[in-house]
Amino acid sequence: MIKKTVEELEEISKEVRQDVIKMILKAGYGHPAGSLGMVDVFVAMYYDVLNHDPKNPNWVDRDRLILSNGHICPSRYAVMAHSGYFEHKELMRLGEFGEILQGHPDKRFLPSLETTSGPLGSGLAQGSGIAYSARMDKKRFRTFVITSDGEHDEGNHWEAVMFAAKNNLSNLTMIIDRNNIQIDDFTENVMPLEPLSDKYKTFGWSVLEVDGHNIEEIINACKKARSIYENPTVIIAHTIPGYGVDFMENNPNWHAKAPNDLDAKKAIKEIRTMQGRISPYGE
Amino acid sequence: MLNNKLNLSPDIFTKKIESKLMRDGFGHGLLEAGEKDERIVVLTADLKESTKVNYFADKFPERFIEVGVAEQNLVTIASGMANYGKIPFVTSYSIFSPGRNWEQIRTTIGIDGYPVKIIGAQSGLNIGHYGVTHQGLEDIALTRVIPNINVIVPSDYLEAKKATLEMAKIDKPFYMRLPRIESPVYTTEKTPFKIGKANILTESKKPEVTIIATGLMVYDALLAYRELEKSGIETIVINMHTIKPLDTETIIKYARLTGAVVTIEEHQVIGGLGSAVSETLAQNFPVPIEILGVKDRFGQSGKSKELFKEYGLTKENIEKAVKKVIARKNS
Repeated sequence: MIKKTVEELEEISKEVRQDVIKMILKAGYGHPAGSLGMVDVFVAMYYDVLNHDPKNPNWVDRDRLILSNGHICPSRYAVMAHSGYFEHKELMRLGEFGEILQGHPDKRFLPSLETTSGPLGSGLAQGSGIAYSARMDKKRFRTFVITSDGEHDEGNHWEAVMFAAKNNLSNLTMIIDRNNIQIDDFTENVMPLEPLSDKYKTFGWSVLEVDGHNIEEIINACKKARSIYENPTVIIAHTIPGYGVDFMENNPNWHAKAPNDLDAKKAIKEIRTMQGRISPYGE
Repeated sequence: MLNNKLNLSPDIFTKKIESKLMRDGFGHGLLEAGEKDERIVVLTADLKESTKVNYFADKFPERFIEVGVAEQNLVTIASGMANYGKIPFVTSYSIFSPGRNWEQIRTTIGIDGYPVKIIGAQSGLNIGHYGVTHQGLEDIALTRVIPNINVIVPSDYLEAKKATLEMAKIDKPFYMRLPRIESPVYTTEKTPFKIGKANILTESKKPEVTIIATGLMVYDALLAYRELEKSGIETIVINMHTIKPLDTETIIKYARLTGAVVTIEEHQVIGGLGSAVSETLAQNFPVPIEILGVKDRFGQSGKSKELFKEYGLTKENIEKAVKKVIARKNS
């Protein structure tokens, strides 16, 4: 695949954000805040970072991308559609009976997913198992795991943090969606995670921090992670939940609430005007 | 009389019968399986020696992974390894795995059907002095309720070894429970073992009751069979080593033949072997059933024998249940 420029990727992000709103509106269910917040990371991954082939999704030497917090799957699905894994029209069948895009990622229906996921705290361990196996067999691919900040409440996650550090899994990179919200409230009110970066350093990981809406920064951090041979790397991606839609941004109420028609129209219009690059329709 | 086709031990009812650990049967089987298939990896949660994976670990240190006291991690790392293409065996005590990590097993192993083999050692009351917190009595129920997962409860050293070798070859998830104590090796190398196919241990021209047992209780069922035979009551004893997929064909066949069933397991009566047999017979061929097991109670410390007596898991309990179910059948 010929790599696109950062400006081109930003345009794709906008299209994906509009898709995410439409998908969740149509499904009447979903997690818009986290989904919108991680669009730029998914675009960076699928269009630049990952060594993958949408036409041969189970290619044995592909990089793996595990999505631990499966509930933000609408944005992963939308980016997968844009990058050629399946037809774009599938997006509007999110969560419908018998369709490939199940409400939470289900590998039985969409085998090009690496894992079935949703229940929090297990993705890093699964990714660690893959990375450990790959190293046993001297495979060169990298395993990326996307986790949420809220799922850091789970014990299983920290068990895996210790396992990956113990085994110096330098072929493993985790990207944390640090958006500061979870279902009930802001993360720091539910269960404080800070100082998150220091926690990882003391647990034996290399830590990078990026603006999760700066595609170039995300790409560069992933490149840097590939060059760290000593230990696993975590990239803390600071994101704005609901990014691109003013009334959703930084608001925990939009963690797991689908927009109504009016909300969706407003949201899509806001996304179109992001950074003033595209003129809004009808104005 | 005993079923000759099964080549059971000639010492079966003598004092010469050898006692061995099923855990060792697993450990030895695992070593052999590991020699045959390089994809096999072994993970344990700080219980290498007591779950007998030390044999494998000594021979194949590069394929042995210690995850620490972290049973959720144990199965989720194994899920990742199986996703990649390995065949992981994961060991802990049954109370912790599948006890503590049930949701992880369901989500990351069950749904996609990864060939992870979950070994729950020290299951049942037999662990004795450890007491209630360590007596896994719910593990059969917890695992058999998950689609895709096969459940094995071997009844002696050799069967545990054969089961281990068999499950290593099958591309599906398994749970196998193992007790702590030694038990009589009543089978031989020649005794057939096929997953999902129950072993009919005894034969009779006019059997009155079918006794379906699993795990450590199988040998007690054989002892009960012999006592009952002396008093003129003939029974069929079935070793139900596979709880899932359940050999429903055999269960229905012998329920038809005898018209009455007794089940016995070292497990809660809710959700275990007795439940599985009842579900089958209620829907296919209802007959009177007596279910022996731990009756919705928690365990406690004590010697295995004391506990089996307190919780109704002795050959005398089986004999009593057989007589009771005959009376029910004839009433």
